[in-house]
Amino acid sequence: MPSMSMIQALNSALDVMLGENPDVLVFGEDVGYFGGVFRVTDGLQKKHGLKRCFDTPISEGGIIATAIGMGAYGLRPVAEIQFADYILPAFDQLVSEAARLRYRSNGEFWAPITVRAPYGGGIYGGQTHSQSPEALFAHVTGLCTVIPSNPYDAKGLLIASIESNDPVIFLEPKRIYHGPFDGHHESQVKPWAGHPLAEVPAGHYVVPLGKAQLVREGNDVTILAYGTMVHVAAAAIEESGIDGELIDLRSIVPLDLDAITASVRKTGRCVIVHEASRFAGFGAELSALVQERCFWHLKSPIARVTGWDTPYPHAFEWDYFPGPARVIKALVQIMEA
Amino acid sequence: MAYGLIRVLDEQGRAVGPWAPTLEPDVLRHGLRAMLLTRLFEDRMFRSHRQGKTSFFMKSTGEEAISAAQSMVMGPRDMCFSTYRVLAWLMARNYPVIDLVNQIFSNEKDPLKGRQLPILYSARGYGFYSLSGNLGSRFGHAVGWAMASAYKGDDSLALAYIGEGSTAEGDFHEALTFASVYHAPVIFCITNNQWAISSYSGIAGGEETTFASKAIGYGLPGLRVDGNDFLAVWAVTEWARARAKANLGATVIELFTYRGAGHSTSDDPARYRPADEAKSWPLGDPIDRLKQYLITQGEWDETRHVQFEAELAEGIRAAIKEGEAVGTLGQSKPPVSEMFEGVFEHPDWRVQEQKRELGA
Repeated sequence: MPSMSMIQALNSALDVMLGENPDVLVFGEDVGYFGGVFRVTDGLQKKHGLKRCFDTPISEGGIIATAIGMGAYGLRPVAEIQFADYILPAFDQLVSEAARLRYRSNGEFWAPITVRAPYGGGIYGGQTHSQSPEALFAHVTGLCTVIPSNPYDAKGLLIASIESNDPVIFLEPKRIYHGPFDGHHESQVKPWAGHPLAEVPAGHYVVPLGKAQLVREGNDVTILAYGTMVHVAAAAIEESGIDGELIDLRSIVPLDLDAITASVRKTGRCVIVHEASRFAGFGAELSALVQERCFWHLKSPIARVTGWDTPYPHAFEWDYFPGPARVIKALVQIMEA
Repeated sequence: MAYGLIRVLDEQGRAVGPWAPTLEPDVLRHGLRAMLLTRLFEDRMFRSHRQGKTSFFMKSTGEEAISAAQSMVMGPRDMCFSTYRVLAWLMARNYPVIDLVNQIFSNEKDPLKGRQLPILYSARGYGFYSLSGNLGSRFGHAVGWAMASAYKGDDSLALAYIGEGSTAEGDFHEALTFASVYHAPVIFCITNNQWAISSYSGIAGGEETTFASKAIGYGLPGLRVDGNDFLAVWAVTEWARARAKANLGATVIELFTYRGAGHSTSDDPARYRPADEAKSWPLGDPIDRLKQYLITQGEWDETRHVQFEAELAEGIRAAIKEGEAVGTLGQSKPPVSEMFEGVFEHPDWRVQEQKRELGA
């Protein structure tokens, strides 16, 4: 089985889908000839042609509106927004149109679109190349929101997203594009090569949306994470010696509630980790769900380890980023509570 | 042509000039029917709103020629990305009046299952894309539709409407940019009815230049046409359609018209414009003008018109009666379980749980 980075796995997913399904089109800013600023669409235009993979004007609203129209016609467009930070000009299209089309037309029209966007911090990208806006989309019913944490999942989840008949926001944690980053920013960067989840089948396969992955079994505390934070949490478990059970949510909508509640009922403790700022972040929803459904199993209050409620800062990146030290602190505190 | 005004029907009801189309009398009478039906239906439903039978309503009084003619010019497989003032599109295609009534009453037989505000129809089988209350946000969908159709080697074209007020939205400019860059077979229609709720067209830039001229900056042809002239609208739309069919790309049409009624049931136009302004509109009433043309041609007369109007009114009365028998707003509604359908293709646990929680 070939070893792939997350970039290569995503490229492979698009390549497979372009090859198998003539209704799949891939487009976005710098996506065609250049192959994308992160190289995810590298070589696709050359292989599949200009009509299948092409550059768009710098117009996120226009990109998504065009994709919705194509989707309503019957295609399966895959649009790239160059950074998740730039998705906001398209917010009206996603919220008022893509998410509502099926409902308001009683199923006459729908928008089977996939919107890919590099997301999250850890690359010294400052305010406009680092944000984690997943909670904005999770709040909008009618949208699915997917966040992979490794090459194998990235490919299978992207294929599942493209094949979904609902609109999917596919957020790609850019810090782990090239290697599994555990939050120790001072250490040398590790590549994906050699990681078991970098073994990616060359052909078509699906990782279904709404199925969480049990990354590590444990008895003392459940840790809910997604994207880059899965690796940070894994490092924190290992370094703290606390017997944590780590769940990678993979998609936050649909959400694998059964996996969450089964784990918390077993461990009696829950720590939620995400990069996005805390107040009304997705962790707030997770916390509410765990409280509502697992209250009598809880041995201590639910804890959240998140980015601070500030804009994403540049010089203070590692003060903002919820790294292993902060996760360990939360694990220790919850065990003492 | 982006700065002038393309007209065919003159003051005497004659078809003159290079744009005059040759149309069979039956085609013209069908157009007249669609326009009359629209006007009579909307007047009647406006009264239903005042009687408390629905929550909201909007009329297209004075603008009926636009969507009636365009619906007839465009093919059955073309798709209209509408605004809320193009009911004549559906009337020209013989959409069942009873389905309109049931949608407006949000009753048990509402084709949109009570999920959408009155008059925000969706009718795929009639080439009518799902309508929404957000202004301009479907303009770019038309480009995507047209690009998809072209990509598939299909001949389904897209026609999109926007009001002159909403040309200020980014959606308008994004759609024109994409259509221009990709040579999409789409027809962009700006219905300039002079008023965006209480704001006159100058607030949208109408005093600086024409709305048709916006096309020029995008490298697209822009045509400005008398929107109250059924024949002129027909001819210009036919031109734009032939251009799209020949793979020459998009066209922008400004349809110069006048909003004869208020914005909706929620405003009183006398508060922001002279009460008699509509009467002073120099381009006349589109129904009167087409009727006059047919009479001039010897294909219509006042007696037939009065009788025709009575027949249409009777059909509308019957449909409304039928809708009222099902129920008006609040008296009847689809099963409440419908509230939870269609959020996703397959409902997730939230939707299922909440449906149970409500006991639906």
